Amino acid sequence: MTALDPETPQTASSRAKDHSPWNWLLFIPIVVPLIPVLFNADSPRVLGFPRFYWLQLVYILLGVATTTLVYQMTKKRGGR
Amino acid sequence: MWRDHLTEIIVFTALFLLVSAMGFVAARWRAPRDMAHLDEWGLGGRNFGGWITWFLVGGDLYTAYTFVAVPALVFGAGAMGFFAVPYTIVIYPLVFLVLCRLWSVSHRHGFVTPADFVRRRFDSPVLALLVAITGIVATMPYIALQLVGIEAVLKTMGVTGESALARHLPIVIAFAILAAYTYQSGLRAPALIAFVKDTLIYIVILVAVLWLPYKLGGWGSIFASAEAKFAASPNPGDGILLNANNQLQYVTLAFGSALALFLYPHSITGVLASRNRDVIKRNMSALPAYSLLLGLIALLGYMAIAAGVKPLPGATAGSTDGNTIVPVLFDQQFPDWFAGVAYAAIGIGALVPAAIMSIAAANLFTRNIYKEYLKRDATAAQEANVSKITSLVVKVGAVACIVFLDPQFSIDLQLIGGVIILQTLPAVALGLYTRWFHRGALVAGWVAGMSMGMWMLYQIGNPVTGRKHFAGSAFPLSEFGFDTTKTIYVGIVAVLVNLVVAALATLALRAAKVADGVDGTTSDDYFADEGDPRVTPGPTRGADAAPEPVA
Repeated sequence: MTALDPETPQTASSRAKDHSPWNWLLFIPIVVPLIPVLFNADSPRVLGFPRFYWLQLVYILLGVATTTLVYQMTKKRGGR
Repeated sequence: MWRDHLTEIIVFTALFLLVSAMGFVAARWRAPRDMAHLDEWGLGGRNFGGWITWFLVGGDLYTAYTFVAVPALVFGAGAMGFFAVPYTIVIYPLVFLVLCRLWSVSHRHGFVTPADFVRRRFDSPVLALLVAITGIVATMPYIALQLVGIEAVLKTMGVTGESALARHLPIVIAFAILAAYTYQSGLRAPALIAFVKDTLIYIVILVAVLWLPYKLGGWGSIFASAEAKFAASPNPGDGILLNANNQLQYVTLAFGSALALFLYPHSITGVLASRNRDVIKRNMSALPAYSLLLGLIALLGYMAIAAGVKPLPGATAGSTDGNTIVPVLFDQQFPDWFAGVAYAAIGIGALVPAAIMSIAAANLFTRNIYKEYLKRDATAAQEANVSKITSLVVKVGAVACIVFLDPQFSIDLQLIGGVIILQTLPAVALGLYTRWFHRGALVAGWVAGMSMGMWMLYQIGNPVTGRKHFAGSAFPLSEFGFDTTKTIYVGIVAVLVNLVVAALATLALRAAKVADGVDGTTSDDYFADEGDPRVTPGPTRGADAAPEPVA
C-alpha cells in the first residue's frame, strides 16, 4: 500500500486528496438523517415497520454507499 | 433464585472463562520484540489492519451499556430512543476525513492521545492538560456503566445476594480478571476478545430479530402493542413517532452524540491503532453494519412490550430497573442455553470497551500528566509501566463507583461526560483543520462551554421521578425566554457557546498581540501515511510480526 518512496519529498496535494470535490458528498449522510420531516411518519409501512423505523434503517445504506463511493473516488493511484 | 437459571449460568461462565484465557494469550498475538513501549501496550503496535480495526472499533463504540440501555429507552419512551440510529449513521462520514488527519499527524509525531496533538499544535501545556482531564473525567463513568450492563444480566440470572458484598462479588471478580489481562496484554487483549464478543452479538441479534417477531405475531402486531402502551401512558413525550416538542431534541441529541463519540479518548485510541489511512477509510464504510445491529437491538424494546416483559425491581423499594428488560425478554423467550449465550454476549460486550477505555484514560494520564508534569525525562519503558498501573487504578475506581455509590450516579456522570467531552471539539477537531484559534481563547471557550453545560444540566428536572437536577439532557428552550415547549440537547448549546467565546477571544487576543506559541506541525503532516518518515521514531518492529489478510 506504500506506493510512495519515503525518500522523495511529497507535497500534500500529490499524495492525499483531502481536497477532492468528492468529499462534499459526505455531507449527504450527515444532513439527510437529521431532517425529521422526511422520516417522522407512520405510512407507508414496509413489512409492518412504520416509515420512521424502516427509513432510518435505510439511511444506514445511504451512509455506506456514500462513504464507499468517496473512498473509491479519492484513494491514491497505485493502490488497489 | 439462581438455581432456576443453572444452564444459563454455566454457559455464561464457560464463555467468560474462554475469553479470559484469550485475553492472557493476546500478549503473544502479533507480538512485538519489545512490549515496554506505549505504542505497543497502549496502541497494539499501531499496526492493526482492516478486520481487526473493524472488530476493535465496533466492539469499542457499541458497548454493553448501549445494548442494554437503548432498548430500555425505547421500551420506556418509544421513538426518542431510536436516536441511536441517526447518531451512528452521522458519525462515520464525520470521522472519515477528520480522524484520518488525526491519524496522520499522530503517526508522524508519535502522538498517543488527542491531548498530545493539542500540546504540539497549540504549544500550550495548559490546554493539553484541560483536554486530558476532560477525557479522563468523561471516560471514568463510561467504564462504570459497563458494569451496569453486566449487573443487569447477573440480576436476571438470579445471581444476587442480601449484602452489598455478595451482590457485587461476581463483578469484582470479572473486573479483576479483566484488569489482569489488560495489564499484561494491553490493547491486544480487547482486540482479540472483540472477535468473540461481536460474533456472539451478531448471532444472538440475528436469531432474536428473526425468531421473536415470528413468536410475537409479526412486526405489525409488535408496533401495535407498543402504540397501545404509549397511548395509555400519561407521559406526553412518548409514542412510536416523535411529536412537535421533541424533534429538535432528537436531531440535536443524535448530532451532538456523534460529535462527542469520536472525541472520546477510547474511540481515538481505536483509530490510532490502525495501520494506515486506508484502513480507517474502509472501516467507515464497514462499521455501519453495527448501526444496523443497533437499530435492531433498539427494537428489542418494542418486542419486550409485545411480550409483556416486566422489568426487575431496582435498587430502591418501589423502583424498577429498566436495564433488565432485554435480559428478561431473552430469559422468557429463548431456551436456557441460548439465553446463556446471549448473556455472555452482553457480559463480554462490557469487557472490550471497559479495557479500551481504561487504556485510553491511562494513556492520557501517562502522556499528559505524568510525563508533562511529574517526570519530563521518562523513558518509553517507564511510560508503558505507568500506563499499565494507571489502567489498574482506573478499573478499581470504576468498580468502587458501582459498589459504593448508587449506579444512578454513574448514569448521571455519563450524561455529563457526553456534554463535557464536546468541549474539546474546538481544540481537537477544529484544531486538525485550522490554527486560527488563539490558544488562550480555546481555554476561555472551554471554560465558557463547560460552565454553560453544567448550568443547563443542573436546571433540568424530571417531574415524574421528582428529581430536580441532572435528570436528563433535554433542555427546555423556554428557559432561554423563547415562547415554546421545544427542548434541545444541552451539549450542542454548550459547544456553540464555547465556539463563540473562543472566536471572540481569539480576535481580542490577536488585537492585544498576546503571544500565541509555535505550531509544531506542518500542513504536510496531516496527510502522512504508512511508510512516511516519522519525526518521533517508534519502537523497532519485530520482523516476524505476522501480517494479516487485508479486508
